[in-house]
Amino acid sequence: MNFEPTSERRMISDALARLLADHSDVSSRDETAFQAPYSRTKTWQALSEMGAFAALAHESAGGFGGEGFDIATVFEALGRALCPEPVLAQLLSIQLLTHVGDSSVNNALTGATRYALAWEEPDTWFDIERIDTQATTENGNILITGRKSVVYGAPAAQRYLVLAKFEGDLALFDVDADTVERHSYAMIDGGGAAELFFRATPATLLINDARAPLQLALDAGALALCAEAVGIMDVLRDTTRDYLGTRKQFGAHIGRFQALQHRFVDLSIEIEQARSITQLAASRLGDTEGSRSVSMAKHLIGRVGQLVAEESIQMHGGIAMTWEYTVSHYAKRLTMIDHQLGDRDQHLQRVMQTL
Amino acid sequence: MNFTFSEDERAFEAEVETFLRDKLPPEIAARTHRGEEIGKADTERWQAILSQKGWLAPTWPVEHGGADWDPVKHYLYDAAACRAGAPRTVPFGVNMLGPVLIAFGTPAQQQHYLPRILNGKDWWCQGYSEPGAGSDLASLRTRAEQDGDYYIINGQKTWTTLGQYANNIFCLVRTRASGKPQEGISFVLVDLDTPGVEMQPIKLIEGGHEVNEVFFTDARVPVANRVGEENKGWTIAKYLLGHERTGIAGVGLSTHALTRLKAVARQQTRNGKPLIEDPLFSSKIAEVEIDLAAMTITNLRMLTQSQGSPGPEASMLKIKGTVIHQTLNDLARRALGPAAAPFPAEALAANLALVEDTQARNAARYFNNRKLSIFGGSNEIQRNILSAMTLGNRR
Ligand SMILES: Cc1cc2nc3c(=O)[nH]c(=O)nc-3n(C[C@H](O)[C@H](O)[C@H](O)COP(=O)(O)OP(=O)(O)OC[C@H]3O[C@@H](n4cnc5c(N)ncnc54)[C@H](O)[C@@H]3O)c2cc1C
Repeated sequence: MNFEPTSERRMISDALARLLADHSDVSSRDETAFQAPYSRTKTWQALSEMGAFAALAHESAGGFGGEGFDIATVFEALGRALCPEPVLAQLLSIQLLTHVGDSSVNNALTGATRYALAWEEPDTWFDIERIDTQATTENGNILITGRKSVVYGAPAAQRYLVLAKFEGDLALFDVDADTVERHSYAMIDGGGAAELFFRATPATLLINDARAPLQLALDAGALALCAEAVGIMDVLRDTTRDYLGTRKQFGAHIGRFQALQHRFVDLSIEIEQARSITQLAASRLGDTEGSRSVSMAKHLIGRVGQLVAEESIQMHGGIAMTWEYTVSHYAKRLTMIDHQLGDRDQHLQRVMQTL
Repeated sequence: MNFTFSEDERAFEAEVETFLRDKLPPEIAARTHRGEEIGKADTERWQAILSQKGWLAPTWPVEHGGADWDPVKHYLYDAAACRAGAPRTVPFGVNMLGPVLIAFGTPAQQQHYLPRILNGKDWWCQGYSEPGAGSDLASLRTRAEQDGDYYIINGQKTWTTLGQYANNIFCLVRTRASGKPQEGISFVLVDLDTPGVEMQPIKLIEGGHEVNEVFFTDARVPVANRVGEENKGWTIAKYLLGHERTGIAGVGLSTHALTRLKAVARQQTRNGKPLIEDPLFSSKIAEVEIDLAAMTITNLRMLTQSQGSPGPEASMLKIKGTVIHQTLNDLARRALGPAAAPFPAEALAANLALVEDTQARNAARYFNNRKLSIFGGSNEIQRNILSAMTLGNRR
């Protein structure tokens, strides 16, 4: 076994850290994270130029990465910088487009075409079997009707990849964003999403039976979220450690109080567990154990994430309750990761089904 | 022992319910249920209604305009008020300053300030904490130096809840620099219109404005505004901590939060079934219901048995009560699944709420209520108090 990242991955990680450092103070993050279109063109282009998207696909698909560890490397760095750019939306789309086998994936890999994956609906709650949007053929044209909900990255997307029922299958379609009624909003932890209303909207069929590729893409997405969470946890642990060593009450650094010392080390142990399960999932992404391992990781991340978010705030005291102090934003993001691409219970159920 | 309510108590509960049905404006109740900020005007409107009924300051002695409720009545009122969506009484005047003035104030101070709390002329806020003095309150540094009949106040207070609506603030200030820190603190009342007093908002984690910073620069405050003796302010602060037990466990709020949690778990579906039928989730609801059932009795038992003598019960009730409330908030957020994500204000404005509007703010409420274990003496400080009381300071 070898636990060292490759030098390429280390370079990507360092480059991302440098690039994102400029954008990570609260006030400049606020402008992107809470104002439409919840993305900054300059940052998006810089991410593209340094290869952040190309790292998400295999060489055979025109990228230079695509392994679980490549995805984890990119998203851990995004997490560390609390980057609100909708890279997750692009990752999910790239994963699906690599199964289509045309040139669209190249435009996704350069970031020139911005995609969002529209699969969830108000009643799906992360379950692909409950997708109810319908596609029909009329005069040789395919038309889509239905509502898609909490579509990450939709406010900045030019095209949507849409899952809909079509001739008894779950199929994947490509839709021009300008033809869809879109209601954009910020998410509580920053970044944009939207409700999409399709009303006999013209669409192009990409994949007839999209179940398997969709599951692979969602696995990659869940892994990405786990890695993002690990990046966030590292920052919260370091910030909390520093605060325990600077804040004084009762004439001593609060880190001198054993009540806090034990809780801090418990938190550090759990973070290492979260890191390990994420690495395990990264190592197995795409193989027969891949989906189950991702669920194990996403479950544990949900549990540990809540602990780390709550304890970081608590050990800081009032200051971490403020908007101005970055810990509150890291904690919110970490918490809300359990609301994306399957929560801890759902992933636990998937693990329980294959004991 | 007898855990049924007496006829008297039941009659009282019926009276409360009738009162709430007749007098609580529905639009205010709707906003409370949605978790929206109630704002100054509607808070004052509701408190005036309560005051007219004689229920604004139920724990005050009757001679000062209170109702002298016992803990059971208080509990019955609280539970009914939370169910109905009545706004919480802002505690600073009624529950904090009032009892202090009754115990330590001069007759002149009592006659001037107590009626103004009851009739809504004054909105008080609490100026204890400072940037450098949180848990270690006694280290506070805001100075008051005497100049004839005035104190000249310099320094900064922070975390001042709802200060933006207040016209007055009660402060702990340092009146003597030497000696033990606890022995140089005084309790003074400051009109916020005093020149040299400035307030600035602090935005909280979920985006709301409920706390502020207050800056004092050569603010002149009459010495007559001091409550109690000079340098004896710490005694007052401690008195308040011990007497602030009623309601500290938040049983009424938690009981209502449990009802809301069950409601959202019935509305939401996961894996094609109502969430409340999913054992992974429903077991969590059941667990917190059990905790709360126990807490309801713990609360009434401790408040009834220990009247008068501040003991460990306040800390016990604070710790367990806040943890239960935070657990309920956590589950209410998780019950929304993907629909917890939208920034509620924006999603509501665009009329896109994916869930009932009374549940749309569940995530914001969860984040905001992380404060419960931090303020009012953090849960760590409460544990220190408890362990000192129960173990002594054994080393
Ligand atoms: C939303 C909100 C509203 C508030 N409203 C008011 C108000 O209206 N008026 C007012 O005066 N104040 C108010 N406060 C302030 C509140 O009382 C303080 O936040 C609280 O006392 C904690 O102080 P601190 O935030 O400075 O944290 P610190 O005291 O710096 O504590 C940081 C951490 O260290 C822990 N800690 C400290 N000492 C010890 C110890 N000896 N042993 C173990 N652990 C320890 C704490 O528990 C906490 O986890 C409010 C706070 C908040 C967040």
